[in-house]
Amino acid sequence: MFAINKQSKATAFIGMAIFAVVLAVLPFVMGATLGNTWIRNLDLAMLYIMLALGLNIVVGYAGLLDLGYIAFYAVGAYVYALLNSPHLAGMLAGTGFEWLLHMPLLVVLPLAALMAGIFGVLLGSPTLKLRGDYLAIVTLGFGEIVRLFMNNLDRPINITNGPQGVNLIEPVSLFGHKFSQAITVFGIEFRNVHLYYYLFLALAILIIIVSIRLQSSRIGRAWVAIREDEIAAQAMGINTRNVKLLAFAMGASFGGVSGAMFASFQGFVSPESFILMESIVVLAMVVLGGMGHIPGVILGAILLFLTPEVLRDVVNPLQDKLLGERVVNPENLRMLLFGLALIFVMLVRPEGLWPSKRRKAELHEQDEEAAAAAAAKEAAHG
Amino acid sequence: MDIFIQQLINGLVVGSIYALIALGYTMVYGILQLINFAHGEIVMMGAMITISAISVLSATGVGLPGPVLVIGGLLIAIPITMLIGFVIERVAYRPLRKAPRLAPLITAIGISIVLQQIAVLIWKNNPRSFPDLLPHDPHNFFGAVITDLQIVIVVLAILIMAGLLLMVEKTKLGRAMRAVSMNQAVAGLMGVNINYVISMTFVIGSGLGAIAGVMVGANYGLAYPTMGFMIGLKAFTAAVLGGIGNLGGAVAGGILLGIIESVGAGYLGPLTGGVLGSHYQDIFAFMVLILVLVFRPSGLLGERVAERA
Repeated sequence: MFAINKQSKATAFIGMAIFAVVLAVLPFVMGATLGNTWIRNLDLAMLYIMLALGLNIVVGYAGLLDLGYIAFYAVGAYVYALLNSPHLAGMLAGTGFEWLLHMPLLVVLPLAALMAGIFGVLLGSPTLKLRGDYLAIVTLGFGEIVRLFMNNLDRPINITNGPQGVNLIEPVSLFGHKFSQAITVFGIEFRNVHLYYYLFLALAILIIIVSIRLQSSRIGRAWVAIREDEIAAQAMGINTRNVKLLAFAMGASFGGVSGAMFASFQGFVSPESFILMESIVVLAMVVLGGMGHIPGVILGAILLFLTPEVLRDVVNPLQDKLLGERVVNPENLRMLLFGLALIFVMLVRPEGLWPSKRRKAELHEQDEEAAAAAAAKEAAHG
Repeated sequence: MDIFIQQLINGLVVGSIYALIALGYTMVYGILQLINFAHGEIVMMGAMITISAISVLSATGVGLPGPVLVIGGLLIAIPITMLIGFVIERVAYRPLRKAPRLAPLITAIGISIVLQQIAVLIWKNNPRSFPDLLPHDPHNFFGAVITDLQIVIVVLAILIMAGLLLMVEKTKLGRAMRAVSMNQAVAGLMGVNINYVISMTFVIGSGLGAIAGVMVGANYGLAYPTMGFMIGLKAFTAAVLGGIGNLGGAVAGGILLGIIESVGAGYLGPLTGGVLGSHYQDIFAFMVLILVLVFRPSGLLGERVAERA
């Protein structure tokens, strides 16, 4: 990106090309070496990368702690699920609203993003003029409330089908091709997991590009200003309330997109998938990777997504061998580790594993001040 | 009318429990301007440890009477939760006192998850029934029913809250607490041991949390490792409703929230013709929180404080 001379430009280009090839063949390599479940895992990891990048806008860029982020994922998922399943179809039959159903992907995705964005604004507007910690607890409550409504909106009118969830969701169909059918190109068979992988990869890259472009834009700089010092930002003429709302809406819409993709990928959604712990997991991805730094967040998402998969493969056999019975549930252990990671990262390395320079400087401001004070003292005595 | 009085009584009982927990939030907030997310988990720990302690005590076979068993269990649980509160502050909050605001909030969530998962490890993820040891003979009260247990909860909560207010107003430690909450730096210059005062705040708050946890367990008849979240959210709402940082406000907010929730849930079904049932009860607390934050963010009894830069 920052290529200065021709040679480094060429190297960068070659590097990018190699990376692109690696990404392109990854599902086939993984499928061949680790088995088919890992292609599925790869798809889910992509969804988490999208989610983490969305939350990164709110927490990383604007510095607003959102503990109910999974609610936007849920909104996106239910928008897709309801518009693409027999559940709502029966209800809409004969009402003149049938056109809502089975819309093309390029319409449904923006719609899911829009709905999630509207929810983001709804949540943000009453709380954004307040202090950050209130926001945290309100978003926490909001996440639960969305789940409660999804759980209970099966009466008087059955909208969400309650705890049973919505099933028989149609897979994505793009350019007239349904993803449930395998497609063969040049003798290579692309099954649905492969097709979803490329779709998710494309969306993730789109989100990454938007994130990068946002970062250095006027809005992105306003977010950083608010994060570093809200009062100073206001004094510089930034409409803090609107800019924060925008952060919320943007982050939420990314969550909505990835939620919609989740619904089509799984073919089934229920309130169970959107519990508080999921919000915490996504937050841990952002915090651990490095708030506000895109490569860091992606790294965090991949690392934390892999943890339970690896734990499952290690903890259970180990317990069987050592104790002869399963005392500890890997899921339980995973959350315990995430909690410890959150504490540990904040205490030892608040900028995360792979931070941006700017964020690092911000979080170590005191160290610098202390160092400067020590140096001044030294100079005075010397 | 009977239903109304009945819901009022239920609300008062639940509300006085909320008030006890809200005191823990508000004390910490008053001194550190920090929301101690892990407080709900302390309440849960109090309840779970008491249940385990009671089963150990009753297994000794001495045949102690029920109330003695509960008090014995509580006396074991309180020091443990106090220790947890002390350690939490030491490990997760103290090193970050001067860090950006986001940092202690994130460690607080981390602590909350860790405590919850430890509880799941120890007690497994199933509800435990609270042993039926306390008398709950019903009494007629203006056509409504109030049990012995409910009377004990309300009276005990009021006594504890009065004791706490007295301590804050009259004792040396209380004066030190008030001084630290007004201005930490100046209090330090006046010879107040700030770290000691903050530690004591966490210790006392956690002790109150344990008692509240046992009350929750006894009132609903069960306790489970993930109960801390909802009860914590509601108690926090109560603290905000009353004006966070204000002890009297926490008490008023707790009782008010309990009554709003109870009466609201009782009438929601009949008023909407059965469309919205009492399963929406948990939403009331959240609605109250939003409304308070929009219209009166300083709470009912709180003073308007300027944001500190």
